[in-house]
Amino acid sequence: MTAETLIEVNDLNFSYGTRAILKGINMSMSRGQVVAIMGGSGSGKTTLLKLIGGTIQPTSGYVKFAGEVVHELNRDALFKLRRKMGMLFQFGALFTDLSVFDNVAFQMREHTNLPESMIRDLVLMKLHAVGLRGAHHLMPNELSGGMARRVALARSIALDPMLIMYDEPFTGLDPISLSVIGNLIRRLTDALGMTSIVVTHDVQESLKIVDYVYFIADGVIAAEGTPKEVRESAAPFVHQFVHGEEDGPVPFHYPAQTYKKDLNLEDTFA
Amino acid sequence: MQRTTMDLWVGLFVIIGIVALMVLSLKVGNLNVYNPSQSYVITGNFENIGGLKVRAPVKGAGVVVGRVTDIQFSTQTYDAVVKMSLDSRFTFPKDTFASILTSGLLGEQYIGLAAGGDDVMLKDGDKVMKTNSAMVLEELIGRFLFDKAAKDDSL
Amino acid sequence: MPNRIVSSIQNIGHRVIESVWRLGVASRFFILVLLKSGTSLRRFNLVIRELYFTGVLSLIIIVVSGLFVGMVLGLQGYETLQKYGSESAVGTLVALSLVRELGPVVAALLFASRAGSAITAEIGLMKATEQLAAMGMMAVDPIARVVAPRFWAGVISMPFLAAIFSVMGVFGGYLVTVVFIGVDEGSYWSQMQSAVDFRFDILNGFIKSCFFGVAVTAIAVFEGYDAPPTAEGVSGATTRTVVTSSLVILGLDFILTAFMFRGVS
Repeated sequence: MTAETLIEVNDLNFSYGTRAILKGINMSMSRGQVVAIMGGSGSGKTTLLKLIGGTIQPTSGYVKFAGEVVHELNRDALFKLRRKMGMLFQFGALFTDLSVFDNVAFQMREHTNLPESMIRDLVLMKLHAVGLRGAHHLMPNELSGGMARRVALARSIALDPMLIMYDEPFTGLDPISLSVIGNLIRRLTDALGMTSIVVTHDVQESLKIVDYVYFIADGVIAAEGTPKEVRESAAPFVHQFVHGEEDGPVPFHYPAQTYKKDLNLEDTFA
Repeated sequence: MQRTTMDLWVGLFVIIGIVALMVLSLKVGNLNVYNPSQSYVITGNFENIGGLKVRAPVKGAGVVVGRVTDIQFSTQTYDAVVKMSLDSRFTFPKDTFASILTSGLLGEQYIGLAAGGDDVMLKDGDKVMKTNSAMVLEELIGRFLFDKAAKDDSL
Repeated sequence: MPNRIVSSIQNIGHRVIESVWRLGVASRFFILVLLKSGTSLRRFNLVIRELYFTGVLSLIIIVVSGLFVGMVLGLQGYETLQKYGSESAVGTLVALSLVRELGPVVAALLFASRAGSAITAEIGLMKATEQLAAMGMMAVDPIARVVAPRFWAGVISMPFLAAIFSVMGVFGGYLVTVVFIGVDEGSYWSQMQSAVDFRFDILNGFIKSCFFGVAVTAIAVFEGYDAPPTAEGVSGATTRTVVTSSLVILGLDFILTAFMFRGVS
């Protein structure tokens, strides 16, 4: 990997009560990279994003962002750190009571003292980058799912962050919007020189745009590699995931007692 | 919604609210007649106060001039000591007559002040010497029956 | 059988512990809101926006209800008082019941169902759609930016709404008794003015409505912020806001009345 490491995840553990979600995760991401984190539903991908953003505390291990250990920061330092991060939520999470313009302007108004005319120019620039400059006067409920996510993307790059985290950016989009968002992620990462972490289970779309992939299963990194390595991987889990097979290392059935026992077929003879 | 229209509505709301508070204070509560910040206190001893309560009005010629602030029982004289707080704009002569009256047949009891002719006015902490007790219904009926019996006897 | 008794006792214990715990969480949240109120008081525009939603939009229901409550009070009071020939005291009856009790209490109940439920639903939905989480990730504290302005708007509008309710009620009583029935106008106002005291009645009513405003809005913002981020979660929280605040208003009213009018036999 390149020398300029932005995020370093070291032996990260996290558990809800006694239930371990993440068990000893190690990762490293450098500037300019688009990194995908893939895994089945409920494998702890979103938890990982929350740990990087510092909204939850790890049980052990640490996340280092731009040289600072995230969970050791106090509230003010953490908020300062978060200004260098953007996050795109699954359905955009636009503020429904603000217009598209005000949504994108939100962080500038909260965190800077820029004059309103400059904010206007900046907002229109950000909206232009996602192709929605003409929609600045609309309210979020007038947008389609794909447009809402593009606005949210414009909002998350409002203060030119060093890192953007995408939580399932492809969910529920039609193929056109899907590739629009995918290409935007790549283009903005390259243009702004930031780092992108994409949490997704859309294998095909993400393999097209990312530089590196981590597979998480059962709280550990099951596999990692470049898209090329991943496509050609013979590891059974990666193979199942990339090719979308129903059964394999990730079983179709949720762990249960035997079928017979559940249907009380054995009890009748007991 | 435009910011300016919203501001306008909120401004109107606040104004209406303040006006409502002022109406309550001035029109309903009659704040202008009785201002407790400028007042003087006088006391009076009554043989029987009947149903008089703290905060009952004190009236001069029917106009509210103050309120009863305290009622105590005196163990020296075995009567009721009533403290009245009067608006300092209304002064009364020293020989003013204070009597406990009832508004209407079943109305609230209040203290009526009937001014005397003295040159000296009542000051803060003074005592009204001439008082008239409340009329207690039982006593009235009792007296009526007694009078009637006496009349019947004389016939 | 003993097992069932034990389990039902456990059940009671569990519920008590649960509700005490929740009360603790709510109090901590309340203190947090107060501590983080700096932003909303410095940027008062945020509060003005919420004043529109909690105050201005509650005006119609408050005005109409106040008018009708006053009219009913006037009608009923007249019916009863005229039996004793003291129908001129109807103004006193209307004004005292409104200023001391009905104004603050009924206005607060209406406020809880009109504005309180809206606050809970709005904050709950913002949470469910991850808007609050997004705000947190943008390094903006949602308690300071979303919760505190709504809280202060509620606290500010409640006394105004209660006062408007009382005034409308006094006017409604005037309409029915003086204009329709024909009680003497002079005695309506003068009896009222001689019986209603500024400090004991109006000021105490005002203080009551301030307490109710704090209670209702605190409950509403807490329920919204605490709501499970699902459709059922938000609807349950909205219901709880109305039920809890109504009970708290009535309970608080009893306590406050006992304190305020203790000196009056």
